[in-house]
This record gives sequence, structure tokens and C-alpha cells, in this order.
Amino acid sequence: MSDPNGLIQPGRPAPGFTLASTPDGRRTGPEQFRGRPVVLAFYPADWSPVCGDQMSLYQAAAPVFEQYDAAVLGISVDSIWSHRAFAESRGIAFPLLADFEPKGEVSRRYGAYTPQGEAARALVVLDRAGTVAWSYLSPPEVNPGADGIFDALDQLATDREVMTR
Amino acid sequence: MSTPFQVTARLRDPVTTDDHIRGPADASVTIVEYGDFQCQFCGAAYPNLHELLRQRADTVRMVFRHFPIANIHPYAERAAETAEAAGARGRFWEMHDWLYEHQDQLDPVHLSLGVEQLGLPPDELNQEVEGGVHADRVRRDFVGGIRSGVNGTPTLFVNDVRHEGGYDLADLLTAVDAAANT
Repeated sequence: MSDPNGLIQPGRPAPGFTLASTPDGRRTGPEQFRGRPVVLAFYPADWSPVCGDQMSLYQAAAPVFEQYDAAVLGISVDSIWSHRAFAESRGIAFPLLADFEPKGEVSRRYGAYTPQGEAARALVVLDRAGTVAWSYLSPPEVNPGADGIFDALDQLATDREVMTR
Repeated sequence: MSTPFQVTARLRDPVTTDDHIRGPADASVTIVEYGDFQCQFCGAAYPNLHELLRQRADTVRMVFRHFPIANIHPYAERAAETAEAAGARGRFWEMHDWLYEHQDQLDPVHLSLGVEQLGLPPDELNQEVEGGVHADRVRRDFVGGIRSGVNGTPTLFVNDVRHEGGYDLADLLTAVDAAANT
């Protein structure tokens, strides 16, 4: 079951987690990037054509994410071996996390799990302190692009300027 | 930031004189394509766009902006920068057309032959590409595309609104005729 309240909303603290990100057992999670904005990109599956486009797009946009000092983490219920082959075939260098065991647990905690047993296609942007700044649920067959993410990152940068002034 | 942003479907970077434009300046319909020279879907759309411009020569103009997805298309960035190098010599559209008509020949050796075929100096263009002279321009197009919601290639904007239909000639004609009548 997915979180009955739906996708996690802005203002909530992001649930902490780490997930396997490499076959040798390394684990990665948002807390490792505190002090930087973090983009969590939940997606239904490696290899489905839309996902491929979405994750490939985020890789192609890596220099722009760097300008914002933002870390991007892709998350699906696929195994780490599938992630590795997928990342190699698409030239993806950012971490793809395996929400594999217990299956979909992290996706559920973010309200981004579907009855089909996959992660929803959901974007969650965390601010530097680990609070949800923006979230967006896309229809599974629609690649949401990155414009919403960059609008949220712009807003975070503006808020920060106001605070330090 | 309590209000969620809408995912936009509108072109944010207006067309300027810096753009590569073909067709009449006073056209009532402007198509902006974000494209990747190594993308097979862009290649498939290319002849249809060409025919569209021929059939609607008085009403439609076309703008091309770069959106290379280099991690899956290893030759796309070089092709884009080479088109810019040709553009610096007033030959952008000839290079653009050559690239889409020779998508199986985008490796550096064949690309140089293509440049030569167009009567451009391959060594000079290569030097500019190696030196990254045109990299910023390609990057600017890409970032503008990302900010306008481009999520893959090709993405077309018809009078600033993202085209959600197909790329067959019939789909394209329907889209531009609708835009011309609004």
C-alpha cells in the first residue's frame, strides 16, 4: 500500500534512508548530501523507454545540476545489477538506488509507490537541511522533464539569498 | 514554497536574431525544434518538417536549437558544434540538412568529409570544435530547452506552445494550420 496521504508534500522533513547503490554493497541516501539540495527522482523501472529518456535527460543535464550544487538520486525497485547495466547502457553517472529489499519501502515512505508494485514517477526536491521543498507526481507514461526541478532549485537559491541578507 | 509549480509546456526563451531561422520573417507560425543530430526520431521528423516548410512556405518559419543528449549519442555534441561552426560562416542550414541526411556518417572522419563536401574548410572547423569555440552556444540552447520543459528529442514548440502530437506530415500540418487560425 502506498502512503494514504499521497506523495510527500513541501514543508515535511524528508524521511531518512540509505539504499544499495553499487553491487559491492555501498549504500547511498540523502543525508550524505546535507548542505546541498537533493533531487530524488522516483521512477517505475529501468529499461522502459520513458524512464530511459528521463534518466538520460538528467544525466545530460548534469552540468546544470552542478551549477546548483544539487545531488541527483534515481530510485526504483529494480535490483542493483539491473541498475548497473542500465546506467552503463545510458552513460548515467549519478547514483541509481535499489529500493529492492524490503521492496519499495522507501518509495512507500515518500508516498511514491503504486499498486502495480513499482515506484511512481515522482520528483522530490529537498533543501539543504533535508526538508521537502517541492514535489511532483507525473503520470507514469509521461517524462516530466526537469523544468519543475530547476524552478524549485531557483526558488531555494532565492530563499537562501533573502535569509543571508 | 507551498504552491507546487506547474510543469510548463511553453517556450521560455523567445526567438531572437541569434537563432537559426528559415522561412519568412513575417510568418504567422513559428516552429522551434529542439533537436539532436544523432537522434533517430529527429532524423525521422526531418523530411516531414522539410515538406511542411515547402507546403506552407508563406505561413511557417522554422527555428532549430541544439539539444544533444551526449551520454546516449556520442557524436551529437560534435555534430552540433560543427553545425555552429558552419553557421559562423553563414552555412548553418546546409550543415543541418547534411547531418540529418547522413545520420549514419556522424563519426569524425565522415563528418569531416561532409564538411568538405559542403565546400567548408574541415581543418578550420575541426580546430574550432576541438577548441570548444561553439560549446557555449550549444549549451545555452540546451539549458534553455531544459527550462522550457524539453524532455527528449525532438521537441517542437508551435507558436511557443509545446507540440504534443506526432511528427508525421499530417500531424504537423494539422498543428500549424490550427496555430495559423488562432
